[in-house]
Amino acid sequence: MCLAVPGKILSTSGEDTTRTAIVSFGGAEKEANLAFVPEAEVGDYVLVHAGFAISVVDPEEATQTLEYFRQIGELNELEPPK
Amino acid sequence: MKYVDEYRDRGKADACARAIAAVVTRPWAIMEVCGGQTHSIVRYGIDELLPEAITLLHGPGCPVCVTPLELIDKALLIAARPEVIFCSFGDMLRVPGSGSDLFSVKARGGDVRIVYSPLDALRLARENPHRQVVFFAVGFETTAPANAMAVFQAASQGIDNFSILVSHVLVPPAIEALLSAPDNRTQAFLAAGHVCTIMGFEEYVPLAARYRVPIVVTGFEPLDILQGILMAVRQLETGRAEVENQYARSVRKEGNLPAQALIRKVFRVVPRKWRGIGEIPASGLHLSEPFARFDAETRFGIAAYRAEEDSECISGEVLRGVKKPQQCPAFATRCTPERPLGATMVSSEGACSAYYQYRRHQARSAAGER
Repeated sequence: MCLAVPGKILSTSGEDTTRTAIVSFGGAEKEANLAFVPEAEVGDYVLVHAGFAISVVDPEEATQTLEYFRQIGELNELEPPK
Repeated sequence: MKYVDEYRDRGKADACARAIAAVVTRPWAIMEVCGGQTHSIVRYGIDELLPEAITLLHGPGCPVCVTPLELIDKALLIAARPEVIFCSFGDMLRVPGSGSDLFSVKARGGDVRIVYSPLDALRLARENPHRQVVFFAVGFETTAPANAMAVFQAASQGIDNFSILVSHVLVPPAIEALLSAPDNRTQAFLAAGHVCTIMGFEEYVPLAARYRVPIVVTGFEPLDILQGILMAVRQLETGRAEVENQYARSVRKEGNLPAQALIRKVFRVVPRKWRGIGEIPASGLHLSEPFARFDAETRFGIAAYRAEEDSECISGEVLRGVKKPQQCPAFATRCTPERPLGATMVSSEGACSAYYQYRRHQARSAAGER
């Protein structure tokens, strides 16, 4: 129910509460309302839920999460599993 | 798909599971609040990667599951009316009311339509000015801004043949109700990442402090969930009880402010009945006074209707993490997704439904061994 899917903004039109984007989800294109992410621009990735973008994905934070897993992997190599 | 595939890497998942095993020194019970997370955990077998000391409890975070029986009945009453186009997200259609479901109403000629967004229902209202278009507004905080916007646009564009049947619930009061129950087993929570994308996580800080529980805002992909568990276990093992944010690529501390502003404008906080749990104070949303004319219950004169639930179903205990689905004698026998007895079997995100889909053979062989 609370599923939200990340997609890339290809274009935008309209303004305020009816500002709308065409968003590509791995190639499948769909409309999404941008009223709740006024800062979103073409090229940004947004999380879309029920036809509305609810956040702009922060690329730095996304990279940091993956970096965390890389470090965990290295730690595991130093310390083999019990 | 970017921001999806890289969070499903098996090698990294195994590494994270080993990191969890390395820090665990005793048993811990951690609850994932959201049904989307439950579905991911069971689908990818995340619980099976974890050391035995970690028990994952499945929480009440499936809005479809907790929508009370009487609201489903109200939906059926409205959908059967000839002047009505009844619109809903697809997962509400199979949910059983007292005697029927929306699919059956549709089969008997009711105009029931599945929509992807409440704005699709609003468009139908605009295109069909002589019909009454009703949207079944079910959801947690994640969906509230979308439904609020549909009502706000209906008001500003003068679309008066549109209304919503409201079943909106809020997560923090439900967490508090679980924590204050005498049979609570949960020692840490994975909070729902998309609910917090809207609301932020400041409202969880007093809960973590008052009940001494770690709360980790967590995403939905396997690596997100594993990292959330690792963060929760590290807190438990070191005696901390803080709010941490695993899902920082989407969740900001203050949440989505424009979305919150619209929720506050269109809705007000009310007590809500949760299917399988009962009434929780200040745990739901209903239309605020300036938008009250878009309330379908009032428009169709059914606000006073009441209905009680089947007594065999243990979904209340499943929703509170007190019991697992396969501990119910009706599981996968008298209760299946095709003929569900109650809340947690009805939606694909309900714990019973997820176990039915991915674990029922395992449950049967375990039962055979006993």
